[in-house]
Amino acid sequence: MRRHHDMGGEAAGPVDRADHDHAPWEKRVDALLRLLVDRKRRIMTVDELRRGIEELGPGAYDRMSYYQRWMASIGENLLEKGVITVDELGRKMAEVEARWRAEGWSGDGAPRGPGDA
Amino acid sequence: MPDAFSIGQPVRVRAIYPPGHVRTPHYLRGRSGVVESIAGHFANPEELAYGRDGLPRRALYRVRFRQGELWPDYAGPAADTAVVDLYEHWLEPEGLP
Repeated sequence: MRRHHDMGGEAAGPVDRADHDHAPWEKRVDALLRLLVDRKRRIMTVDELRRGIEELGPGAYDRMSYYQRWMASIGENLLEKGVITVDELGRKMAEVEARWRAEGWSGDGAPRGPGDA
Repeated sequence: MPDAFSIGQPVRVRAIYPPGHVRTPHYLRGRSGVVESIAGHFANPEELAYGRDGLPRRALYRVRFRQGELWPDYAGPAADTAVVDLYEHWLEPEGLP
């Protein structure tokens, strides 16, 4: 059976060829992954990143943006490996959300922060 | 271990459908092509994806397919081809039953 992410050859509509800038949080996610996989740390592999993205399932896979998928997979991998705990992650997310709200951000939808355009 | 396939050899992509992380796209399963070159030998990404070391390294082949072989309704020139990187364990010699 074809897995959802394996969509080569499926009907997909036109390709959006417009250039676009990456938001600061997207650049941070990219940098985070590069540090986790580098030769010094070897905390995870890009193959594990891909596995985690593929395991999101069709709903989340389609709903999330490219770097949101990365972040979801990185989070799952770090939980599996014991680098962070669910409790730590939950507390940190609440802390960051409280900071956003204090700074006037809505705190809904995609990650955003004061550094984002 | 010597490479199982050589440049110019006709091969077929195995028509298997395992769950989990695989590096052979669905649209290629069971399709026939020709070994274009050998890209190198690499730790198996289908093992690396689960936190294992992926050893022994696997040969990675560049396999050329006719577009008309891949897409039944392909409307481009008949000479059009696609080259795809495929690991040795996903290939079998063309001509097996």
